[in-house]
Amino acid sequence: MNSLAAILVRDMRLAVRVGGGAFMGALFFLIVITMTPFAIGPDLALLARIGPAILWLGALLASLLALDRLFATDYDDGSLDLLMMSEVPLELTVAAKALAHWLTTGLPLVVVAPLLGLMLNVDMHALGWLTLTLAAGTPALTFIGLIGAALSVALRRGGLLLAVLVLPLTVPVLIFGVAAANAAIAGPTPFGPAFTILCALSLASLVLGPIAATAALRHGLE
Amino acid sequence: MNLGPHADFIVAAYAVTLFVVAALIAWVLLDYSAQRRILGNLEERGVTRRSRRKG
Amino acid sequence: MAVIDIANPTRFLRIVDRVLPWLIAATIVVFAIGLYRALNAPDDYQQGATVKIMFLHVPAAWLGMFGWAVMSVAALGTLVWRHPLADVSGKAAAPIGAAFTFICLVTGSLWGRPTWGTYWVWDARLTSMLVLLLLYLGVLALYWTAEEPGRGARAAAILSLVGAVNLPIIKFSVDWWNTLHQPASVFRIGGSAIDPSLLTPLLIMALAFTLLFVTLHLAVMRNEILRRRVRSMRLMQAQEAHA
Repeated sequence: MNSLAAILVRDMRLAVRVGGGAFMGALFFLIVITMTPFAIGPDLALLARIGPAILWLGALLASLLALDRLFATDYDDGSLDLLMMSEVPLELTVAAKALAHWLTTGLPLVVVAPLLGLMLNVDMHALGWLTLTLAAGTPALTFIGLIGAALSVALRRGGLLLAVLVLPLTVPVLIFGVAAANAAIAGPTPFGPAFTILCALSLASLVLGPIAATAALRHGLE
Repeated sequence: MNLGPHADFIVAAYAVTLFVVAALIAWVLLDYSAQRRILGNLEERGVTRRSRRKG
Repeated sequence: MAVIDIANPTRFLRIVDRVLPWLIAATIVVFAIGLYRALNAPDDYQQGATVKIMFLHVPAAWLGMFGWAVMSVAALGTLVWRHPLADVSGKAAAPIGAAFTFICLVTGSLWGRPTWGTYWVWDARLTSMLVLLLLYLGVLALYWTAEEPGRGARAAAILSLVGAVNLPIIKFSVDWWNTLHQPASVFRIGGSAIDPSLLTPLLIMALAFTLLFVTLHLAVMRNEILRRRVRSMRLMQAQEAHA
């Protein structure tokens, strides 16, 4: 287990360094939310109504953009080969990397979300619930994105391919994430069921993601 | 055959289907003849496959 | 004839050359019957003559999903059983399945305009088909743009399996989302139950389209095998030039 902790810490350290991209995700998130009223207009009632959806879309896109770095830098300097050859099961290594990625990229999104929600005039009492849905759902985005990252590093293709591969797979997460957030604000449907399904999706992705990503790395890089 | 007031949509649907299927068939046929032609060229120039070599 | 018997590409090509003319003939015959029955089918009491679009839209939907099933089985063949022709089969199924999914979307849209008033409506089935098309485009990108065919095929195989697992989840979530946002009326294509006078043409057309899929699938597999032959011959030619 020590080696997994080492990988976790290493990835986190690399991410928070200058050029590591750790807080770029949060910055991108901020920029997207800022641009939204320019496109839609400053009508506060409208912004409040679509606020949760915009926040979720922004988080999704920000997660997506950061996925590139999950394997690319390791592939470039050869450490990916070393990781694949080690005795530690590759699935666990990959999961550790994904966890590090979420902690440095996904979690900042969650932390920043309430502030951005205020900018979109989202109902104050619902901000907590909205943040909770993001906290539960962004791991799913990272672990599903893991699959696309592994597939595209194996093929040495650009970042847009990764987006094309990953986005359709994240549709359920988006649907239930926004539904839960909206339910907390005004919806006729209760918060519970949608949120539970969202958590289930995240937990499932914790398992499916590393398995598929490992297969992609092994079959693609052998 | 009376296609009713929305005949245009019915015709359009059948036309699009026909077009896409025809495009698929055309692609398959063109690709086939292209590959055969290239293989013919290569064989003419004396390039053979491994399995023919043994012997 | 066991699947393993046709593992040899050369033997497979010989089989395809023999079987393909029969398949083409069968496809044409069944289409002729199906189109005759479809175009002469009675009008639906709700939708009038536009129900004739259903005879294209529903089989296209079935075959779009069938294409993904073929890719998934082929993916297992590639990754698990290492069948030599499995990745050729998957690669061949992808563009055909994607084309049928596209036909399903376009005919669904053209059916929706007179029935519901708009060209696109985010009902559960059309939306699921749209996501399926997006997944197809991803797999197509992997299969058909990789420089080395084997590597692209393995990546595409993994995505096919991930998609196969995800598609039921996506369908479930889209259904759920749709009922959430459209509580008023329930749009059900073709009504709640299909009358036999409409069901028979539908099934014949479905059979015709399935025969078309199989015919095209074998033909594309043949082309892909030839393409790989060309590639290996060219590589050998380049090797000899160096020697």
